Amino acid sequence: MTPGRLIVRYAFSERLVHAVAALSYLYLLLTGLAFWTPALYWVAVVLGGGYLSRLLHPWVGLLFAGALVWMFVAWRSDMRTTMEDRAWRKALRHYIRNEDAEVPPAWRFNYGQKLLFWLMVFGGVALLLSGLVLWFVASIPWELRVLRYTATVVHAVAALATIGGFIIHVYMGTAVVPGGLDAVIHGEVTEEWARHHHPLWLAQITGDSSKSSGSVRL
Amino acid sequence: MPRTLELLRVSATTAPAPGIRTLPTITKLVDTSTCIGCKACEVACQEWNDLPPETTVQMGTYQTLPDLTPNYWNLIKFNEHEDEDGLHWLMRKDQCMHCADPGCLAACPAPGAIVQYTNGIVDFQQDQCIGCGYCMTGCPFNVPKFSPKTKRVYKCTMCVDRVSVGLQPACVKACPTSCLQFGTKEQMLQVANTRVEQLKANGFMQAAVYDPPGVGGTSVVTVLTYGDKPELYGLPRDPTIPAMVRLWKGPLKWLGNLAMIGGLLGVFAHYMRFGRKGRDGEPAPGNGAGER
Repeated sequence: MTPGRLIVRYAFSERLVHAVAALSYLYLLLTGLAFWTPALYWVAVVLGGGYLSRLLHPWVGLLFAGALVWMFVAWRSDMRTTMEDRAWRKALRHYIRNEDAEVPPAWRFNYGQKLLFWLMVFGGVALLLSGLVLWFVASIPWELRVLRYTATVVHAVAALATIGGFIIHVYMGTAVVPGGLDAVIHGEVTEEWARHHHPLWLAQITGDSSKSSGSVRL
Repeated sequence: MPRTLELLRVSATTAPAPGIRTLPTITKLVDTSTCIGCKACEVACQEWNDLPPETTVQMGTYQTLPDLTPNYWNLIKFNEHEDEDGLHWLMRKDQCMHCADPGCLAACPAPGAIVQYTNGIVDFQQDQCIGCGYCMTGCPFNVPKFSPKTKRVYKCTMCVDRVSVGLQPACVKACPTSCLQFGTKEQMLQVANTRVEQLKANGFMQAAVYDPPGVGGTSVVTVLTYGDKPELYGLPRDPTIPAMVRLWKGPLKWLGNLAMIGGLLGVFAHYMRFGRKGRDGEPAPGNGAGER
């Protein structure tokens, strides 16, 4: 294989849906934070005012949920926890410290990416269900008002959990892993990048593990 | 626009409320034992506030509507209660209670959409309302109503425009039996307690004043003939701001803010300490042995 050869990591449809999810999540995050604390209400004002932000937030939420469903269907088989993930998890300390030579090889997604995926799936379900209650709060009968109370807390807790994942995900993708942002926008990575970050996946898609056995440790 | 110098509390603000003018507290007394169910208060409310008419619903009672609506802020609830003495018609004036500790205001995320004046009136400023409906979750009395037309929330204003110029609320003005009275909180509690003593002397030993302490007391005080059973009137026994709303606006908010700030500081610290991963398998610059 030629060094520097480009490999398609994300198809156009994957990148497009990821971008829809990213942008809709960003809008939900910003407007949601504006409703969360008065100290950030100015964000809603910048985005067209509190009334408009409140009006659009649930619709953009549906868009995000749709993107999430698409990603779930497309990626869930790649997101199952494997034997290699257990080893990876044990070496998390090394991954955090950028001691990548000590980190066991990963398939298409490493264990951290899988954690984010499942956090977003389950967080998304919780946000959608609680969000529907908050959206149609006037239609929730008074006898079922415990739903209103629960939805308020569930929406906040689920949002906070996904915000934690979002901060780490965006930081990793843009600042820590060179080529990460490029891959999710343009779709291609170099073979060296794949061998370094996702050797098992590289071996899988090239259909021959022996050629990349230099970095693949099974 | 709210009367700035009289603002005791303003929703969703980081600054203290600007009110410096202390007003005498105002309170509306509702004596359920002398209410005759004439609904003059309902008509007066609709007329003074110039609210559009609501289509009535046949409920099998004299009650005008099943519940308050965005266009109907004052509703006499006709509750029927049967015991060994026979059938009792327990009429109660359903409206905003104007809590001293308002759950709607605590839950509201829109700056200035809900205000409380130093005289105790809790008022919605619909021009600032964003229509999220959190006030409906915060209210323990199921009072604020969402208008699908304007996507904003409405309720009784205690005729703040009349009270501000020294008049009684329209409903009190219209009441033919003086079941509704208006004055300072102290005066109204005095009248209410006197009335409770009269009711007890007449054999209604359970008569009581409904001024729930869980919400700091209310500016609508009700004399209940069956004061031991406020549920018979559709009133909660011990209303408070819902625990989950307090959790959300209290500890959860601070923990969440700390976690979010901590997360941002954490990734920043990580970037300074460990920086980027190596490009294409090369060791990252500044990630040498000396660093550790």
